[in-house]
Amino acid sequence: WLVLAIAMVRFYMEKGTHRGLYKSIQKTLKFFQTFALLEIVHCLIGIVPTSVLVTGVQVSSRIFMVWLITHSIKPIQNEESVVLFLVSWTVTEITRYSFYTFSLLDHLPYFIKWARYNFFIILYPVGVAGELLTIYAALPYVKKTGMFSIRLPNKYNVSFDYYYFLLITMASYIPLFPQLYFHMLRQRRKVLHGEVIVEKDD
Amino acid sequence: MDDLSHGFSKYPGLNGFPRPAPPKTTKKPKKAVLFFEVEILDAKTREKLCFLDKVEPQATIAEIKNLFTKTHPQWYPARQSLRLDPKGKSLKDEDVLQKLPVGTTATLYFRDLGAQISWVTVFLTEYAGPLFIYLLFYFRVPFIYGHKYDFTSSRHTVVHLACTCHSLHYVKRLLETLFVHRFSHGTMPLRNIFKNCTYYWGFAAWMAYYINHPLYTPPTYGAQQVKLALAIFVICQLGNFSIHMALRDLRPAGSKTRKIPYPTKNPFTWLFLLVSCPNYTYEVGSWIGFAIMTQCLPVALFSLVGFTQMTIWAKGKHRSYLKEFRDYPPLRMPIIPFLL
Repeated sequence: WLVLAIAMVRFYMEKGTHRGLYKSIQKTLKFFQTFALLEIVHCLIGIVPTSVLVTGVQVSSRIFMVWLITHSIKPIQNEESVVLFLVSWTVTEITRYSFYTFSLLDHLPYFIKWARYNFFIILYPVGVAGELLTIYAALPYVKKTGMFSIRLPNKYNVSFDYYYFLLITMASYIPLFPQLYFHMLRQRRKVLHGEVIVEKDD
Repeated sequence: MDDLSHGFSKYPGLNGFPRPAPPKTTKKPKKAVLFFEVEILDAKTREKLCFLDKVEPQATIAEIKNLFTKTHPQWYPARQSLRLDPKGKSLKDEDVLQKLPVGTTATLYFRDLGAQISWVTVFLTEYAGPLFIYLLFYFRVPFIYGHKYDFTSSRHTVVHLACTCHSLHYVKRLLETLFVHRFSHGTMPLRNIFKNCTYYWGFAAWMAYYINHPLYTPPTYGAQQVKLALAIFVICQLGNFSIHMALRDLRPAGSKTRKIPYPTKNPFTWLFLLVSCPNYTYEVGSWIGFAIMTQCLPVALFSLVGFTQMTIWAKGKHRSYLKEFRDYPPLRMPIIPFLL
């Protein structure tokens, strides 16, 4: 992700525009972001104590954005919103992986812990905004081309409309984002301020 | 979703508890007039919620729950979980106070299970929905398909057949809920009704939409495919019903006894030789039949999701059987003979 960050900064310094930025870093982005699928496996086999569901949702939304939106819908690759979420993801991931690495080495500088549990307060909403704006920008192209969609009649008697699927996905951010955000806020209070959170009785 | 715990409670009995030593008090030769005291603490906060004195030693947990409700009427018995250890298993309603490993002052920990709703209510609601919803699509009620199709009828025989099968299936389920099943538990958490109804009603609408669509495509292999699928469906429905009746006969009305089910004279029950939960096996079979009959992908997905859930339940049930009965037949698998 540092590689990504440096590549992005260099591109912008050389070209002075964000156009073509995505194209230049896309292979690196796809490579590293797809590997994040491993994180779900780690939760499943138990070597990481995080919930499979939370990790699953976060990684899936990333994979969805990279492969089903920016990779597949070429016209939106030069949108500003793409840069918005790319920057947010990059900074978040660099902080997060540094946190894990230093924790494992038992030499965690406080500022990394601080960064990990504070940056998200800004980065998370910014990233979500970037993602939503990008999907929104993609909608007209999806509708026009009818991509990823199956129409009736067909011999399996099923249909799928990618356009409506995207609308529903955008809507799903409304319940999902606050849950993930407050989850991070609770983690933050626990880790940084040592607050004991009494879990709500199910 | 419905777990038909015929005769098989989700919670294993207090098998692990040793028989308590006799109370260390002088036993009178005649009737021992020894009352217990029961204090009930909140399992999380350890706050003292209730103190009951002069409790009969033969009092059951159910009676204690009733006494507790008197002081805290918002916690009716169905939503009380009482346990000996704050993190331990719930005590059963039938457990007798003096048989528990407690002194003459028993400390019980209370956990609120949340608002409860009866199993029967949940089942009736979750099954009535699909029955009704499917028919809305079958009759092509306005605002579903284009207006020119309102109240029209499909020209494909299989569509009418599918409606009959689907409707009879849910009528069967409703009648079984009312007259056949004997539930271990009276209630379940209230939120389950929303979860379950979303699942059943949602899938019913999704399947019905395509099967009754004006652009529906009948099965590739025509009448042959439909006939075969119908046979599978009917056989599995009869099988499923036979198992429900067999399980009902294992348990007398109003009781919660648990016994190993065995094959009876009814050939459909012979599946018990190979499988712990043949009712689930037959249920999956029915839906596979329906999927082949309609050649509709959403139906196949519904079958798959149902199969996954039923496998989880079957494995749990199988494990409970093995734990509870030493002589459980070793050949049996949970849901698929020899495989799963």
